[in-house]
Amino acid sequence: MTKLRFNRKQLCIPYALFLALFVIIPLLVIIYYAFTDGTGAFTIKNLTGFFTNTNTLGTLVYSIAIAVVTTLVCLIIAYPVAYILAKSKFKRKYVLLMLFILPMWINFTLRITALKEILTAIEGNISAYPFLNTVIGMTYDFLPFMILPLYTSLSKLDNSLAEAAADLGANGFTVFIRVTLPLSVPGIISGVTMVLLPSMTNYVVLDMLYNSTYIMGSLIGSYFSAYDWNNGSMISLILLIIIFIVTLATNRFSDDDSSRRTLL
Amino acid sequence: MNKKGILAATVAAACALCIIPLSACSDKTDSVVLRVANWEEYIDLGGWDEDEVIDLESGEIFGENSLVSDFTDWFNSQDYGFTVSVEYSTYGTNEDLYNQLNLGDVYDLVCPSDYMIMKLLSENALEPFSDDFKSNSEENYYTNGVSDYISGIFEENKWSNYAACYMWGTTGLVYNPDKLENEEDIATWGILTNTDYEKSVTVKDNVRDAYFAALCILYADELNAINADDTMTDDEKAAKRSSLLNATDDETIAAAEDILKDIKENVYSFETDSGKSDMVTGKVTANFQWSGDAVYIMDEADEDDTELWFSVPEESTNLWFDGWVMLKDGIDGSKNKKTAAEAFINYISRPESAVRNMYYIGYTSSIADETVFEYFDWCYGVETDSESQDYYELENIYVYDVSYFFGEDSFIFVDMDTLSVDGAEDVTKSFASYEELKGYTIYSGGTISSGRQVFAQYPTAEVKERSVIMLDFGEDLSAINQMWINVRCLDIIDINVTLVVVIAIVIVALATAIVLYRFRFKIFYKRKRAKEN
Repeated sequence: MTKLRFNRKQLCIPYALFLALFVIIPLLVIIYYAFTDGTGAFTIKNLTGFFTNTNTLGTLVYSIAIAVVTTLVCLIIAYPVAYILAKSKFKRKYVLLMLFILPMWINFTLRITALKEILTAIEGNISAYPFLNTVIGMTYDFLPFMILPLYTSLSKLDNSLAEAAADLGANGFTVFIRVTLPLSVPGIISGVTMVLLPSMTNYVVLDMLYNSTYIMGSLIGSYFSAYDWNNGSMISLILLIIIFIVTLATNRFSDDDSSRRTLL
Repeated sequence: MNKKGILAATVAAACALCIIPLSACSDKTDSVVLRVANWEEYIDLGGWDEDEVIDLESGEIFGENSLVSDFTDWFNSQDYGFTVSVEYSTYGTNEDLYNQLNLGDVYDLVCPSDYMIMKLLSENALEPFSDDFKSNSEENYYTNGVSDYISGIFEENKWSNYAACYMWGTTGLVYNPDKLENEEDIATWGILTNTDYEKSVTVKDNVRDAYFAALCILYADELNAINADDTMTDDEKAAKRSSLLNATDDETIAAAEDILKDIKENVYSFETDSGKSDMVTGKVTANFQWSGDAVYIMDEADEDDTELWFSVPEESTNLWFDGWVMLKDGIDGSKNKKTAAEAFINYISRPESAVRNMYYIGYTSSIADETVFEYFDWCYGVETDSESQDYYELENIYVYDVSYFFGEDSFIFVDMDTLSVDGAEDVTKSFASYEELKGYTIYSGGTISSGRQVFAQYPTAEVKERSVIMLDFGEDLSAINQMWINVRCLDIIDINVTLVVVIAIVIVALATAIVLYRFRFKIFYKRKRAKEN
């Protein structure tokens, strides 16, 4: 009787199937639509159209602006929190961390609706500050994604390195700048990727906080709802390429730095 | 049990599972699955509280179960020779429905709006009604019940062979009278660009509604001139209005784009579904709405003791219809399916069903039956019972005429305070025979520019006259969509130059600082550092 055995390759089959079905094939479909017109004939008009229309370019700039500002704000808020949490001797610090993660368990639309009311109470007419509100909403939404990777990388950090630096005469600030910060770069990078990319397309926040200007996600949606699959796919593809470039660049950056930045 | 045994058992179990449904199907070949797709929250889902009974003179109406399950129960108790089960699903917009259909979802019966019916018709996707459906036999509740006004319009537009009107209405502005600077501001679409109402009015996030409002602003003078002109016949006026508000030439689109950009700057927001709650919570002064949602919002606000009104701007209003159509792909030549679909339309066109729907969703049914009229009176008619508190608060009475819809001499008496009437006549004498109205001044006629629920539920004949049906954009759809995208996107040209320069300087400065710091040894120190690592 033959034994039913799996080797490693076979164990990958479910994932490979999943990958083919839900990643590769849709991607091919997007590429097909991106480079054809309504009748199915090959065209690059969708591509040139995107880069010659000042409105779509403006949308790209606006999305990037929102994403970058959101990421910076998240980083500025999250780093100290993660640092304090990681360094604190507080025995129940896991509870504190939980407090930051807890909002993630509450439904997203509910949170934004609550935020809407809070902002209205503070600002009065919230539609007067669309950009600010969007950044606040996105930050509220994505902050845990920044705190977690930072906390993980900071808490794994070997304390003896900092102690060694201090022994060699570095003051607290220098230790932080020359040792702790460079060593936490992988955490920063993964936090940045987790916040930057989704905040370029998360248009629900804009809708709910009364920002009537489109970002990339809403632009794709508006093309799709107008039965224009071709332009919509092209914009998805462009977004995909941007994300790819950003990921590639940050990966490279982190590879370089995790080893060498130590001695910056 | 060894592994092979487990495998064999699994296979056997899987086979068994496959066979059960198969055999179940083959037993009942005379069963039909009717796939119905409708708007979200657009049918009575039942589950009313006990105090919600609609107590009409002709009988009580109560929604215990959903209309869909009521239909299935009724149908399966009849002698049709087959049974039916309904697969009910919903969609959010006409475009969603259209996309779903194109992506391969198959439905038998759907309820799109007027322009989408036109689009589907032009694509030859609709199944015509059977001759039985259009006959006057007793169970044809739709054909017998539908208002002549509605069926006339459907006939005129050549929809009546394919579409059965479900709900209809106008578009207008729901507003809070306490927050208005001036009563007259709300009587025009110009409020959307009026800077007195900066950031306090919301518009629908929907290209067709926004485009309509923009055209009303663009052609305001022409439309007002047409409305005031006495030399033209009603038909001429209607044709002229329609050609103005259905214009899709490049110049009009470009002009509308500019107006919509102004609107975007001026309004609180383009909203998809937050408008209702923002009105009730008082975040906004006015809100672009479809008449049915307006009724719903006013009802909600009443419960919060906020009095909201509905205005139909003087220029024009978009008269819209949602109708049930059968799809060729779904029906697929099946006679039973067609029978079931038509029976479904007839079931929800029964007067009781129409009333249940109107009560539940707030929209106005196309059915002009006596029971529906009675419900209308029950909702908005004046309190003539002297034992009720409201009886003593009543001052003047207005004769609200809906004869164009329900047939001759259909009017109800409403509280004059719920309407804003211009130039009404005193007709107390002609209603002297009405015992219960003794002692009140009764008015009639004039023009109503805004009012409460009653005005949103059934527009006046005058509003109906100046309304326009917005047709399918056809070939120009992509141009108008592009225009809409241009309105909604940030134009790179509009970006503030100083801001860009400041940001660029900051970025360059930061980059330089980092580079200088990183390579400070190479640049500032002569001696090379010891090799790293």
